[in-house]
Amino acid sequence: MPDVTTTAASQPTESMISLQDLSKIFPGQPKPAVDSIDMEIPAGEIVILVGPSGCGKTTTMRLINRLIEPTSGRIILEGEDVTKVNPDQLRRRIGYVIQQVGLFPHHTISDNIATVPRMLGWDEKRIRSRVDELLAMVGLDPGTYRDRYPKNLSGGQRQRAGVARALSADPPVMLMDEPFGAIDPITRDRLQNEFLRLQQTIRKTIVFVTHDIDEAIKMGDRIAILREGSKIAQYDTPERILAAPADDFVADFIGAGASLKRLGLTRVRDIELIPWPTAGVDATRTEVLEALRGSDKGAVLILDDQRRPVRWVGGREIQRSDRPLAEIGLPSDAVVQPHATLADALNEMLKSRFGCVAVVDGSGAYMGSVEFGTVSSVIQELRRDARERSRAEADELHAAGAVNA
Amino acid sequence: MTILDYLAAQGGRLLGLTIEHAILVLVSVTISTIIGVTLGVLTYRTERPRRTALAITGIFLTIPSFALFGLLVAPLGLGATPAVIALVMYGLLPIVRNTITGLRSVDPAIVESAQGMGMGRYRRLLRIELPLAWPIILTGVRVAAVIIVGIAAVAAVVNGPGLGKDIFRALARVGTPTAVPQAVSAVLGIIAIAILIDFFFMIVARLTTSRGIRA
Repeated sequence: MPDVTTTAASQPTESMISLQDLSKIFPGQPKPAVDSIDMEIPAGEIVILVGPSGCGKTTTMRLINRLIEPTSGRIILEGEDVTKVNPDQLRRRIGYVIQQVGLFPHHTISDNIATVPRMLGWDEKRIRSRVDELLAMVGLDPGTYRDRYPKNLSGGQRQRAGVARALSADPPVMLMDEPFGAIDPITRDRLQNEFLRLQQTIRKTIVFVTHDIDEAIKMGDRIAILREGSKIAQYDTPERILAAPADDFVADFIGAGASLKRLGLTRVRDIELIPWPTAGVDATRTEVLEALRGSDKGAVLILDDQRRPVRWVGGREIQRSDRPLAEIGLPSDAVVQPHATLADALNEMLKSRFGCVAVVDGSGAYMGSVEFGTVSSVIQELRRDARERSRAEADELHAAGAVNA
Repeated sequence: MTILDYLAAQGGRLLGLTIEHAILVLVSVTISTIIGVTLGVLTYRTERPRRTALAITGIFLTIPSFALFGLLVAPLGLGATPAVIALVMYGLLPIVRNTITGLRSVDPAIVESAQGMGMGRYRRLLRIELPLAWPIILTGVRVAAVIIVGIAAVAAVVNGPGLGKDIFRALARVGTPTAVPQAVSAVLGIIAIAILIDFFFMIVARLTTSRGIRA
């Protein structure tokens, strides 16, 4: 049976940011933009605030670094009440990335990145080495980009520079407001992956605002789905939100493709691969037929001398043609590596004419296969698991007398 | 008498007047810039003060120069003081207007990210907003300077310094052989100053505008 790994988010960690009964009422507006939100943001996790436009997600984020001053409530950062501290000092401890990036066009990339360290009074030597370190970290060659101006960078490069600038003074917390929103889909996907890889090493506490549920599912350790007034409709891991939406609002917001979205969360390496019969390219017809007869599959996967998939060959093709094995049957070009998601695998399956995709290791050698049936049973498994888990949790909460907001 | 003869005879004196004229312009433009940029910085964020500043400095520019110089003689007497004050008033509108326009044209996302990084109000203004608005402000100062070079000639009516003196003297002596060369050479001096000022601002703009925002 497929084994679904649970994410790190299921072990509660110490809270880095804590919003307590936080509200914002803008003058002249009848309803609060943020209506007494309570939220714990665990250290080292990416927490996504997602919701329809106008739900108050950006306002909520800006309350954290007090770009918007709260009307009431408290903000606790690393155990310290920062509701009343000097806002400029506070903001130097919190990285901030916005959709438009907002690089200073009259400063070079290195001066942009050095902004906060200079305000903090670092010496120039330390600043210089930090700038180079950060540029390399976000994938911009320091020698090439250090002295360029923002206008000489592409949109994706500017976004990377913006992330480097937010990380400059090594703040424990980063706020990101639709950071990949203004970037073309292909670059966005790459930047998202790069950012997730970066986060593996930097382990910052990140509050990330988006309106895109797919981005939320991809990027988030936890997702808070907000409704009007920044009311938390559900705050949970992506897996559990997809499997057990708290109410109709959440279900609607996730949309109809929830099961398909979950395929983007499960990796090929997390499921059991199905072995298909294989044979070398120079095997004899008898050997191939033998392999075929010894299994319940309809075809044999022909491998080259490096064990890389070459063709899918069925019994009929072997009997009808006497051309070499590498020239009959169907090309096995649908291959994925273990770190691919099931969504990727399904995608490959649909592209190829064969209802099965070969899984190969880093050097391209065959490891096993993923079949359509595997994918669909994983979906059902995930669904059942999460439903049971959230039911158990609800019981627990009920017993403790707590009400999940 | 040709202009060349006149220049040969009066060249030294003319140069003195030209320098006087240039200094008058320089002093007036400097004061006007200080006042104008300050006014712009103080008013660009709020609607009412902004419009008031533009309306008042706009009115200054519509007062005929003869009348304004005359009006200032009453409280201030004759000489350089009323001349400078009048010229400062004429230079204000382009400087205030361009300061406001320049500051308001700074991309709000840039200002927001500066604020989000912990830059306070003054640092934001000095390090981000003013440098970004600078090319537009400088254009305003240049326009002011060109306006002032011309009007400074009229300053002679209140006994102010500069080439205006020669123009008025020549006008008073129309018909005499030196009148035309005297007037023409003074006008040429003013044109020369205007060209120099333009050139000067071109260099200043080049030197003081970041490569990152140069067109």
